[in-house]
Amino acid sequence: MGMDKVLHTNIKIVNKLFLDGALTPSDLIGASLKKVIETKQFNAFITVSKNEAEKQAEASLQRFKSKQSKSDLDGVPIAVKDNFCTKDIKTTCASKMLENFSPPYNATVCQRLLDAGAVLVGKTNLDQFAMGSGTVDSIYGPTKNVWKCKADSNDFHIAGGSSGGSAVAVASGVCFGKKYWFNSFRAIGSDTGGSTRNPASYCGVVGLKPTYGLVSRHGLIPLVNSMDVPGILARNVDDVVSILNAVAGHDKQDSTCLTKPFKKIRLPPANKMGIKGLKIGIPIEYNCEYLSDEVLDMWDEIAQTLQNEGAIVKEVSMPHTQYSIVCYSVLNQCEVASNMARYDGIEYGYRADDDHSTEKLYAVSRRTAFNDIVKNRILTGNYFLLGRNYEKYFNQALKVRRLIMNDFDNVWEDAQLLLTPTTLTEAPLYSDFIQKTNRDQCAFQDFCTQPANMAGIPAVSVPIKLSKNGLPLSLQIMGRNLSEPMLLALAKYIEHLVQFPQYVNFKQK
Amino acid sequence: MTMLSVKVDVYPGVPTANLERQSGNFICKFRQKFRYCFSISRKSLCSQAIEKSQWQSVVGLEVHAQIKSNSKLFSGASTKFSSPVNTGVALFDCSIPGTLPVLNKRCVEAGVLTALALGCRVNPVSYFDRKHYFYADLPMGYQITQQRAPLAVQGELKFQVYTPAIHKKPYQAKVKIQQIQLEQDSAKSLHDTDRSLVDLNRAGVPLMELVFDPDLKDGEEAAALVKELVLILQKLNTCSCKMEEGALRVDANVSIHKEGEPLGVRTEIKNIGSIRGVASAVESEIKRQIQVRNALGTITNETRAWDPINKTTVAMRDKEVVQDYRFMPEPNLPPLHIAMGPVEIGCVNADKLRETIPELPEQTRAKLRDEGLTLEQSIILVNDVSLLAIYKDAVGERNVNKKVMANFLINDLNTLLNKNDMVSEGIKCPRHYFSEIVELLEKGSITRSTAKLLLEDVVLNNSGAPEKIVREKNWLQITDEEELRKLCEQVIKENERIVKQYHAGKSKVFKALLGAIAKESKNRAEMSKCTVILKALLNKK
Repeated sequence: MGMDKVLHTNIKIVNKLFLDGALTPSDLIGASLKKVIETKQFNAFITVSKNEAEKQAEASLQRFKSKQSKSDLDGVPIAVKDNFCTKDIKTTCASKMLENFSPPYNATVCQRLLDAGAVLVGKTNLDQFAMGSGTVDSIYGPTKNVWKCKADSNDFHIAGGSSGGSAVAVASGVCFGKKYWFNSFRAIGSDTGGSTRNPASYCGVVGLKPTYGLVSRHGLIPLVNSMDVPGILARNVDDVVSILNAVAGHDKQDSTCLTKPFKKIRLPPANKMGIKGLKIGIPIEYNCEYLSDEVLDMWDEIAQTLQNEGAIVKEVSMPHTQYSIVCYSVLNQCEVASNMARYDGIEYGYRADDDHSTEKLYAVSRRTAFNDIVKNRILTGNYFLLGRNYEKYFNQALKVRRLIMNDFDNVWEDAQLLLTPTTLTEAPLYSDFIQKTNRDQCAFQDFCTQPANMAGIPAVSVPIKLSKNGLPLSLQIMGRNLSEPMLLALAKYIEHLVQFPQYVNFKQK
Repeated sequence: MTMLSVKVDVYPGVPTANLERQSGNFICKFRQKFRYCFSISRKSLCSQAIEKSQWQSVVGLEVHAQIKSNSKLFSGASTKFSSPVNTGVALFDCSIPGTLPVLNKRCVEAGVLTALALGCRVNPVSYFDRKHYFYADLPMGYQITQQRAPLAVQGELKFQVYTPAIHKKPYQAKVKIQQIQLEQDSAKSLHDTDRSLVDLNRAGVPLMELVFDPDLKDGEEAAALVKELVLILQKLNTCSCKMEEGALRVDANVSIHKEGEPLGVRTEIKNIGSIRGVASAVESEIKRQIQVRNALGTITNETRAWDPINKTTVAMRDKEVVQDYRFMPEPNLPPLHIAMGPVEIGCVNADKLRETIPELPEQTRAKLRDEGLTLEQSIILVNDVSLLAIYKDAVGERNVNKKVMANFLINDLNTLLNKNDMVSEGIKCPRHYFSEIVELLEKGSITRSTAKLLLEDVVLNNSGAPEKIVREKNWLQITDEEELRKLCEQVIKENERIVKQYHAGKSKVFKALLGAIAKESKNRAEMSKCTVILKALLNKK
């Protein structure tokens, strides 16, 4: 099968096939659900909502029959990270604390997808409460990268995280329905410090972190409220755009949502785009100590190519980049300490058997149901928030965050978009990854992705090529607030240029 | 340690915490105190007044007022009082993960309106913060409040202090308002014998916290301030002020010191549930602190509860450890902008709200005084909203002497209501009946006593218009001198014994004879004339 064919069976084409009756939503959902079983080894899903998905597919089919389809997403299977609330479907955050939690409502993102006719097939794996960059800290076990995954080995490459389940669902899901090959899944992730872009980079898919406030957080179980955004993962930029168009826009249930009406994004065909005169900045500080030569070379190569294509590519400086990680670490732990305070086993979630006193009940429930990483962040965060430490840590971090945001404000005078690596290396082996602590890994893994969350700006990771080891390497594009149309246009342009080998024949063993 | 406990037994007024701190030179201090205590006990007969006079008390209030709003501060759930348990609860209120706060505009309006009425400076931008502590009735593990920049700051309130049983005359007091902030209420824990249950109906109910400077000197001032605040909030319709429903809760900070010395350590009395309770709790706490200090004990900074049954404050055990609330900005709520002056963008417009402020109690009192009422009358009327309404209706109906009208309502009507355990809201009769009675009284058509009877008839028996009753019952005042003379003569004849006493020099019994006249005439006789006539008749003999 030609890889082009897969690349091009985007949502719009699927929609056309549905409209023409050449394919039915039930066919596609059936094939996708089958694919989930076939790819179980990668552990992408925590929950598969088979019955609901089949029902939704049937309803979609009826809509197509009566020519009342809702949007181009109608009948399209989508996987959702398991930290988005889904009505009456378990939402676990991959934690013992919420192992049996079935929310009584849908997150706005999920509701908007359902309203657009999309079919929610299941909930994907993540690090507990999205705290991690490997999808290795889940009570359901780690998610494995599809690339270079050998059945005869105990080791594997990590998927990246924390939205690793979503990235793997997208990367692994190529299915055959009627005489066509399809991408079985597009997925929703979340991105606080790179949690969508990092696994997208390792798994060779497109991962978008939209502008903060463009997509509602209502129903996204928070990690760091001031940085969390729902993310979108798909095989191609067009699909990312289709999904963004369905989920973006003001939501009165999220007061931090932008009130400005969202204008749907329409990108021209890649061969009709040009980048002549586009000012692309290369921030020199992103060329950091741990950046692998391979990634650096690729970064150079693409920058050169874009320049050859007519873009004005120049080096820019963002001097506070190096402080981003430590600043993020403080803010993250403070908000985590606060956000996790609600998990006391009283209203919902894990409740220990110990009811000697309310305090004891809290302590035992929390001690039992949070993993060490969560507990560590809670303790550190509470320490930072103590009255005597507030100025020294939290407030200082806010000031540094302001400086990092200023870096971006300044850079937009010289560049319209920024081109950087997404991750510093190809996907590490699990055995190597777990040598370092979660904290060190996050500091290392999030280096390039995390400043965008500090500033709230949009960023997208685009797969470029395979490394010598045959693993995906990706680049990140960042733009100013609400620059998604331009950002995604360049992403699509690059995607067309590099023709990343999408198809992974993981069945070859 | 055994000695410590012995010591505590000897001096129950001395808190242990202090002793432990001083345990290093324990014996020496012990002796000192011992001696001193003896010397006190020797002069223990000296009056409490003298003991009290050397101390000055300082009182500051913090008031939590529930904002009158149909829905909660950050959710759409109902705020209706006494709804069935756990029915007024939105997903946000029970802290379901992923739910976010959405600020209720009505609450901001109420907060700004209150702030303006209290002369506060409204902050053009204020912020919300999280205040963390673990408690079963705090579902999120934190309360959303305004710590860094509250809704409004720096107000001032002037009010009258006047409790007739205590103050000979009213006086004006003044208190500064530090800040007004919006915040969520907590849920309610219900403690059963073997378990605790949580009712989330109150979780997230909107509150305004008003923090006053410690400008008050005693319990009466504190109670008068709360009373004035209640009147204002009710007039603004921003709080029901039903203290029995917990819609207004008062915390009082109390300390004592000697003149010229710095302020003493303060204690905080939490959740006082009535206006008179505020006066009693503060007074009782001042008294307790004086007793402790006079016994050379120390006051510890602690939280105390008011026990209205035993009329005393008691230390609350659970707050002994100082809490660090780990404040943090609430990241899910953008800064709260209030439009004012040239700035037109904001959640609500302060300038427009200012125009809607109704007449406030202080203005009403001034108006009443302009109408000729005394300060005391104006205070009493303004403090009783429905009596004031009756007064306004009554003086609006007829051109009567307003001072007499006020007096009639304050004294006669209130006495009647008290006697019959009624409230003024329960009065059904048309308000002009009161003006008719006062008019009859003013014209001399009826006596004061008849006026009281008449009042009883119209209020209790619903007997119709006063003029009609007077006519039917023949209650007109007897002013004819000849008729009065006959009455006096009859009484003299019927009370020979008393007359004899009178003539024997017991002039006091004159009143008894007058009483007999009043009774004989069914209170219709014009008593001033009777006095003259009776005196003349008695002296003739």
